Amino acid sequence: MTVLRLEGISKRFGALQANDGISLELARGEVLALLGENGAGKSTLVSILFGHYVADAGQIEAFGRVLPPGDTRAALNAGIGMVHQHFTLADNLSVLDNVMLGTEPLWRPVSGRTAARTRLLATAAKFGLGVNPDARVGDLSVGERQRVEILKALVRGARVLILDEPTAVLTPQESESLFATLGQLVAEGLSVIFISHKLDEVLRVSHRIAVLRAGRLVATLPASGATKAQLAGLMVGREVAPATRVARPRGEIVCELRNAGVAAADRRDARPLLDGVNLAVHAGEVVAVAGVSGNGQQALAEVLCGLRTLSAGSLHVAGQTLAATPRAFIAAGVARVPEDRHAVGAIGDLAVWENAVLERYRSPAFARAGVVRRDAAQAHARRLVERFDVRGVEASGLGAPARRLSGGNLQKLILGRALLGDPGATQAPRLIVADQPTWGLDVGAVAYVHQQLFDACAAGAAVLLISEDLDEIFALADRIAVMHQGRLGAARPAAAWTLGEIGLAMTGHAGHAGEWESANAA
Amino acid sequence: MGTAWLDQIASLPFWIAVLRIATPLILGTLGVLLCERAGVLNLGIEGIMVAGAFAGWLAVYQGGGLWTGVIAAALAGAAFGALHAVLTVLLGLSQHVAGLGITLLATSLASFAYRVSFPKVDSPPTIEPFAPMSALPLPVLNAQTPLTLLALLLVPLLAWVLYRTPLGLALRMVGENPAAAEGQGLSVARLRSGAVVAGSALMGVAGAFLTLSAFNAFYFNMVNGRGWVCVALVVFASWRPGKALLGALLFGFFDALQLRLQEGALVPYQFYLMLPYLMAIVALVVVARRAAYPQALMKPFRKGER
Amino acid sequence: MQLERRAEPSRALLVAAPFVAVVFTLLVSSLLVAWAGAPVGRAYALLLEGGFGSRFALTETLTRATPLMLTGLAAAVAFRARLFNIGAEGQLYLGALAAVAVGGLTGGTGLDVSPWLLMPAMLIAAMLAGALLLLGPALLKSRFGVDEVVTTLLANFIVLLFVSAMLDGPMKDPSAMGWPQSVALQDALQFDKLIERSRVHTGLLLALALAVGLWALLRFTTLGFEIRAVGANPRAAAFAGMAVTGTMVKVALLSGALAGLAGAVEVAGRTGYVTLDMSPGYGYGGIVIAMLAGLNPLAVVAAAVFVGGIQVGADSMSRAVAVPTYIADVIVAVALLAMLVATLLAQYRLRLTPRARSA
Repeated sequence: MTVLRLEGISKRFGALQANDGISLELARGEVLALLGENGAGKSTLVSILFGHYVADAGQIEAFGRVLPPGDTRAALNAGIGMVHQHFTLADNLSVLDNVMLGTEPLWRPVSGRTAARTRLLATAAKFGLGVNPDARVGDLSVGERQRVEILKALVRGARVLILDEPTAVLTPQESESLFATLGQLVAEGLSVIFISHKLDEVLRVSHRIAVLRAGRLVATLPASGATKAQLAGLMVGREVAPATRVARPRGEIVCELRNAGVAAADRRDARPLLDGVNLAVHAGEVVAVAGVSGNGQQALAEVLCGLRTLSAGSLHVAGQTLAATPRAFIAAGVARVPEDRHAVGAIGDLAVWENAVLERYRSPAFARAGVVRRDAAQAHARRLVERFDVRGVEASGLGAPARRLSGGNLQKLILGRALLGDPGATQAPRLIVADQPTWGLDVGAVAYVHQQLFDACAAGAAVLLISEDLDEIFALADRIAVMHQGRLGAARPAAAWTLGEIGLAMTGHAGHAGEWESANAA
Repeated sequence: MGTAWLDQIASLPFWIAVLRIATPLILGTLGVLLCERAGVLNLGIEGIMVAGAFAGWLAVYQGGGLWTGVIAAALAGAAFGALHAVLTVLLGLSQHVAGLGITLLATSLASFAYRVSFPKVDSPPTIEPFAPMSALPLPVLNAQTPLTLLALLLVPLLAWVLYRTPLGLALRMVGENPAAAEGQGLSVARLRSGAVVAGSALMGVAGAFLTLSAFNAFYFNMVNGRGWVCVALVVFASWRPGKALLGALLFGFFDALQLRLQEGALVPYQFYLMLPYLMAIVALVVVARRAAYPQALMKPFRKGER
Repeated sequence: MQLERRAEPSRALLVAAPFVAVVFTLLVSSLLVAWAGAPVGRAYALLLEGGFGSRFALTETLTRATPLMLTGLAAAVAFRARLFNIGAEGQLYLGALAAVAVGGLTGGTGLDVSPWLLMPAMLIAAMLAGALLLLGPALLKSRFGVDEVVTTLLANFIVLLFVSAMLDGPMKDPSAMGWPQSVALQDALQFDKLIERSRVHTGLLLALALAVGLWALLRFTTLGFEIRAVGANPRAAAFAGMAVTGTMVKVALLSGALAGLAGAVEVAGRTGYVTLDMSPGYGYGGIVIAMLAGLNPLAVVAAAVFVGGIQVGADSMSRAVAVPTYIADVIVAVALLAMLVATLLAQYRLRLTPRARSA
């Protein structure tokens, strides 16, 4: 029995055709995976289904009835629920508040909290999703928050559940837990649309796979019998060679953290953000810090980018202690790629060339007596754009606001800015700090960024990678350390880790207790 | 000076004055609170209070009852609130600029309308304001007018709505995480607009208190910065109605005090007049450091923007 | 109805925006004129004539525009850095007071120094007064996150009270027969008239020079770069190594100084002394002008002349026809809002989307 039918869905955003004539069907009790690389149009499609966007063309039928476009309430009433990739939860309110929102008529004089609480606990029990109704959402772990998101939909009687990249923020064990939950949903007769770009999961969990590429549906096939190579080919549609690496013996220590600690700012008795972190990164090697987000990676990145002072321990870069200012770090040859390219990495309203010299505009190459040397700066920007394959600049020029660049091109601009230094620089960067450098990028851009990191490594730089993407970590790293609640485990060679061990470490169950104390061996 | 002011504080007329001075602040602060809880900073309050003062007074002057005047003031406030909502919620313009523009517009429109209606008057025409509720058995309260009682009752009412009703939850959510509200099928635009219009209506009534209760005529410059004080008081109140009442009373306390301190003082009277404004700034600074802002305050929500 | 960002902001609409805004404004205010019972066409003719239609009108407009240019520049530079300085009114008055303190105390001698030294000293004192007044709220904002809109607004009231106290006391002009005004500046310190038999004074040249200077600063210098970066995205600016707080401080000093200078220029050029009503809202007017000018210093000059002309024209019109002068403020307010909407619609398209009811 078909529960959902999409016909000819198309959607355009400005110059980008996000969805192009997509038609799909979903059966009762089926798990349909929506597979595609970043930017293929998966999130757009389900947003249209859920009523966040209105399609330019096409129609949707749920349980035999046509869905009014752009109406989230109608979608909810029709039994469609969605777990967004970025959780739509209010941190300051309780679990019960978040779940209750929108479930009662707005004009009721009193909220029926007791009834809602009972209903929530009953639903949670039925699907095996333990939760505390009165907990403040901001205090929950990522996995727990996802459970709240799922319960929000189930409490409203969802019969079709959409999960948008649900495992992106989970540990391997939490992902297993989620898959078990999916099994239970299916057993109860629910249908699931599971969005992912991870081939392993998709093959494991789904009954059928729909592959999207550049906004079009290129294939629908049953999961049994499909192979990863086949899916990858369908997803990408062209040959994208993974980054290659020139083997190089590693050199001396470039960056060393000893017993580094950062105290928590607000509440006095809260756990420190960083606690006794020991890490050494050598020239020519890639060290990756793995972990679920929110375990101290942000503080670590801030310390390594010069944005935060240590409250305990020390940090040495090329043997020196640096002042905790970005300027000092830049001058010391630290190339920094921040996590959030739009909010922190670039200034959208400023021109492309202005962004290109954002870190070094004060150097004699670009400014004299307080006046900006435009020609020199623009020449440098042109060089950067050419060398680092930043596209989207030809038509509007270097003077156009950086906001116009796509995510991938913006990231290349930021990467180029960090790696290229200024014309007067005599050396390549010594240390590269890359924080989630390929988040949200398509396969081609990911390969490009990885190649740049490898090349820099071959030229003698030390690379510290902070990432939540285990695939990326295993593809790039020589050594891997796992972060949990502000503590960093010892960095072991990549070959010495199994997926299961990393998963355990990410949740704090380190198998080898002794390694927490020792300084970096290996 | 000595202990004279202590005697002043102990007297009944002092506290009557405190409550009277606090009333427009209670109403105005609740209005700003409602807007900000939904995520919208409404800097139009100063102008809206002027417009409400004028509209309310005019309605009564033209023969309407006092409560008709109050409704007229609320409607005037709501109208400017609707304009603010169009500019900031629908169009997503800077809330600072839209608010300041509306203050200028509302003030100048009210002044213009007053002058057009009364071109050649030396002393402002007066009306018969609200009478004190002498029938009430409670001291201090029985010297106040019904609008004060309204203000006091609105505090627990607004608290109830915010914390105990689905509507209040929706409003708070829209100020914390609008995407969450959309994800549950609620319209952020409607909720925010509704909050802004309702809050602005309250601001209009706050202005009407000045012409229909505290005084009996419309003067230029009668609001005199009280709107801005309300904006400061909302932060002081951590966006909670109960603390808003406390803040308004505290301000009223200082304002009433400076009036009484002036008699026979050594320092020029202007310095006493400064006290309440200074107090507002200090309150703002003290609280702002730990302020738990509604997380989506001042961030326009544009659906579907990539 | 929804807003959708255009891929490329329409150049045509961007250029047309101010004109569309002005036309809309005139339409709205003609309703008000009609309500006041005056003939609309004639009223507008009188307005234009009164503001721009004669030598006298133009000089009056320029005189009016001079302090507006300075407060407009003050607002423009501050808003560029996202420092919402609403305190220009207070900074103006404090600057005026400081100017008189340096240049006019004790019966006009104050300090027995040559006017060549005293003139710059007076102007610098005014700039310092304005700058320091804004520094407090600016630091409160960068250190503690206290919203500067409210602090600068409340500061205006405090400053005005302070000025009133000064005018009643230490700085009172004993020969002014009880009217609260300050001692006058010495004659040597008062600005010369630029155009004979008019009130236009050399302060106008100062304002124009500063407008060009500010434009050049923002466009060509590293400080200008920092101001624009910090205003657009403080987090990214901090990440790239810019001193955000330091830049805010510089902006605050610059903005406050410009507003304080406006006060000194008014005293030295127009009034000669300080009174409580010497500024009919120049500080607030500057904010509107800055927004009308899109925060561009050169456009501030044009916007100041526009607003000044409207105000002068409205005064003149109200003397001839029974339309209250408050229409000037209405016109300016509507023009501001209309301009914002028009500029926005050049960047975004309004789409009617078929939305069913939700909630």
